[in-house]
Amino acid sequence: MRMPWLVYLIRRFGQASFVIFAMAVLVFLGVFAIGNPIDILIAPDAPPAEMEAAIARLGLDKPLWEQFLIFLGKALQGDLGNSFVYAEPAVSVILARMPATLEIAALALLMAIFFGIPLGVLAGLKPETAVGKSIMAGSIMGFSLPNFWQGLMLILLFSVLLGWLPAGGRGPTEVILGMRISFLSWEGFSHMLMPAFNLALFKMSLVIRLARAGTREVILQDYIKFARAKGLSTQRIVMVHVLKNIMIPVVTILGLELGSMIAFAVVTETVFSWPGMGKLLIDSINRLDRPVIVAYLMLTVFLFVLINLLVDILYSVIDPRVRLSESKA
Amino acid sequence: MASDPVLSVEDLKTHFFTKAGVARAVDGVSFQVNRGEVLGLVGESGSGKTVTGFSILGLVDPPGQITGGSIRFMGQELVGLSEENWRNIRGRRIAMIFQDPMMTLNPVLRIDTQMMEAVQAHESVTKAQAFERSRDALGLVGIPSPEERLRAYPHQFSGGMRQRVAIAIALLHRPELIIADEPTTALDVTIQAQILFEVQKLCAENGTALVWVTHDLAVVAGLAHQICVMYAGRIVEQGLTDEVLDQPYHPYTAGLIGSIPSHNQRGSRLNQIPGMTPSLLNLPSGCAFEGRCPKATGDCKAQGPLMREVAPSRNLRCFNPLMHSEASHD
Amino acid sequence: MSSISHKTILQNWRQSPWWRFFNEFGESRLAVLGLLIFLVLMVSALFAPWITPQNPYDLAQLDIMENMSPPLSESYSIGSYWLGSDDQGRDMLSAIIYGLRMSLGVAATATFLALAIGTAIGILAAYFGGRVDSIIMRLVDLQLSFPAILVALILLAVLGKGVDKVVIALVTVQWAYYARTVRGSALVERRREYIEAAQCLALSHPRIVFMHLLPNCLPPLIVVATIQVANSIALEATLSFLGVGVPITEPSLGLLIANGYGYMLSGKYWIAFYPGIALLIAIIAINLVGDQLRDILNPRLRR
Repeated sequence: MRMPWLVYLIRRFGQASFVIFAMAVLVFLGVFAIGNPIDILIAPDAPPAEMEAAIARLGLDKPLWEQFLIFLGKALQGDLGNSFVYAEPAVSVILARMPATLEIAALALLMAIFFGIPLGVLAGLKPETAVGKSIMAGSIMGFSLPNFWQGLMLILLFSVLLGWLPAGGRGPTEVILGMRISFLSWEGFSHMLMPAFNLALFKMSLVIRLARAGTREVILQDYIKFARAKGLSTQRIVMVHVLKNIMIPVVTILGLELGSMIAFAVVTETVFSWPGMGKLLIDSINRLDRPVIVAYLMLTVFLFVLINLLVDILYSVIDPRVRLSESKA
Repeated sequence: MASDPVLSVEDLKTHFFTKAGVARAVDGVSFQVNRGEVLGLVGESGSGKTVTGFSILGLVDPPGQITGGSIRFMGQELVGLSEENWRNIRGRRIAMIFQDPMMTLNPVLRIDTQMMEAVQAHESVTKAQAFERSRDALGLVGIPSPEERLRAYPHQFSGGMRQRVAIAIALLHRPELIIADEPTTALDVTIQAQILFEVQKLCAENGTALVWVTHDLAVVAGLAHQICVMYAGRIVEQGLTDEVLDQPYHPYTAGLIGSIPSHNQRGSRLNQIPGMTPSLLNLPSGCAFEGRCPKATGDCKAQGPLMREVAPSRNLRCFNPLMHSEASHD
Repeated sequence: MSSISHKTILQNWRQSPWWRFFNEFGESRLAVLGLLIFLVLMVSALFAPWITPQNPYDLAQLDIMENMSPPLSESYSIGSYWLGSDDQGRDMLSAIIYGLRMSLGVAATATFLALAIGTAIGILAAYFGGRVDSIIMRLVDLQLSFPAILVALILLAVLGKGVDKVVIALVTVQWAYYARTVRGSALVERRREYIEAAQCLALSHPRIVFMHLLPNCLPPLIVVATIQVANSIALEATLSFLGVGVPITEPSLGLLIANGYGYMLSGKYWIAFYPGIALLIAIIAINLVGDQLRDILNPRLRR
């Protein structure tokens, strides 16, 4: 019984590795073969002697395939060059900012779940009422309107007009386990609220739609009618019978979308001047700090593939049908 | 008072207001059930028998609603009851058994969860007490090793077992009335017989009134005290079971009896009632059975016959009832 | 005689699928409203040079002394700044209409190109099947599994600034939607008898694909294209807002918003707010049209 599952696991690992490898090849070709690696990896204003040394160090005078191996080897060790702007390894520059991005991404995920599911269930239970319809209209706005505009409106409303929340930047931070985090103080948390909400809006709309569709389907089932025939309260019916049945698809989709949330952080962080990975990317693009761009790309792809892999495995543990059908294929 | 009927339905009308028109699913149904009595509600699919059952429990969902008539349970009027009062009655004083237990038990919840919540919905008992009640109820319907069975999921049970669980849930609060909607249709014949026997026994022991909804006359023949035959939303014939089955007056009833396979000679064609039930959206102004009736006359098309008492405890809705010789069968 | 032929023409028109199509579309008043709004926007964008009170990119027309005027303030040169003026003295109304022109133009071009390329690839994948199909679909899946914004950002980082680069980025991000959509319908249509018949007639491949297969795959494509125009507008706005989109000399709505964003906190909201509203209206109008199109062109809901 274990074997098919192990096979599935190995296959998934293989697929993930292949994607990362393919990305590495693409990035390598983009940087070393198509672009001018000298421009991309060596600071443009470096004196010629330094440039010569850098060329030799980076092996830019060697044949292409050798360069690729060097590149791969260094990448596996976490060395993707040094940032022009910060004169530190690009990877550490990015990693220093990762906790900030993860903070708001995690809060956004929680918001999407704890606001999205109840709203979606409510819209599913009362689809024809004003409440139900406005929830649906709201969710449509949530994902068709540009994220940055939503952020601007949030700032306009909560900072400029109401003055309740700070307009941007990160609050006071503390260092825990080597990471800088800001949600432990109220001031820090208040800085997090709007960016996290902005980030959550898109996912929330998705969750609302899923929860609503799921609820509408479940409500029609016989077992709900039977639960009513037993004399159960509406509260019990919704919280236990309905909720349990819609959780699985909702949580799955959320898990898979986690990666894209980190990507969207680019926009949110720019709007709110939040010092995370996303803002770093934009700044680097504008400042032509190319090693950081390359490192960001590789890191993001890696993160992405990792998350997808974990969710897949988790899902196959929860739902045995997935493993069995995969092993037959 | 002891002689008051447990359930008294009078001129019940339940209509469905759809975009395609108004479907008169139940159009003037009346009957009474007394304590400990079994009433068989017989009809084809689309006759309105299931909707009648749901109406009695207030479970008719939009676009349907009860548009007229009265349902008196133990003297209390149920039509127009508030949702709060309904929840008090459902599961505790009136219970329902559905047709397909796989669909009526939530597949992602365990049996004990679903039974215990039924107990705790009406009585404030501890979880342990609710568990004991559930276990005892399962024992009552003949499920072996109930403690283990309680921790299982619905899909781990066989069809007959699941239906027993449904019956156990129905009996948890010793209701005064049970509505059983085709509970044995989805089961095979041997299990069917067992379930029938057990239900009968339990109702007799507890004095529970039972309305057994079915399309199969043979099932209620040995079980029910009285039979109501439904067609196109109305009762067409009503009376004590033996009398109706021995001497059916309504041509439709005779047709139903005649189409039971055991009544036919081996090798000869099964008697069928020609034609199809009319659509509930488009009922004819005259008798609904007129198009398929071997005894239809001009009167039948012009206006619908009313329910009349043709003999003590015997009601009929027909202009041209069968005479004794016509209705006799082999 | 002529009156009879007029009648038959009208009768024929009423029987035709076009009439039914417009009729069904008109069933949703919201969608019709959306369509009207979109047409108004499009016309204003097309005729921008003639209808705006001022050409905001002609420096000679600007009066720096009148910068930062709030909405409805008087002006010496153009009558009144209906929606205020920005930090350079540009009339916001004019800037918005010109910005609309750029946003719509880029979005329409990108959508058109992505539609053409994606459809061609998708239909070829479906028609030839086998390994060709697998490879193409792998590519499509890979493309779609990455967030659009990231791909666009990286591309623009590599390619640099410019309107044409933005269009390229948008096309790259979107072609896969069309490919997947058309492949789905083409796979179904391919098995139908009329394709078999065409093959029996030994018609050439291009002819079969483009004249027989493609027209029948159009309905879902139309829906996707419409909604993608709205998405393109949004994506281009986002990219411009981030500073990697269209150049400052020919701003789109996104860039206008970016320009005004800094002033919002000091109370001069109109510089960013009104372009934002214009963006909103454009996107919502197109989405309304697209939603109705989806409802009436959905084969499962076909009456």
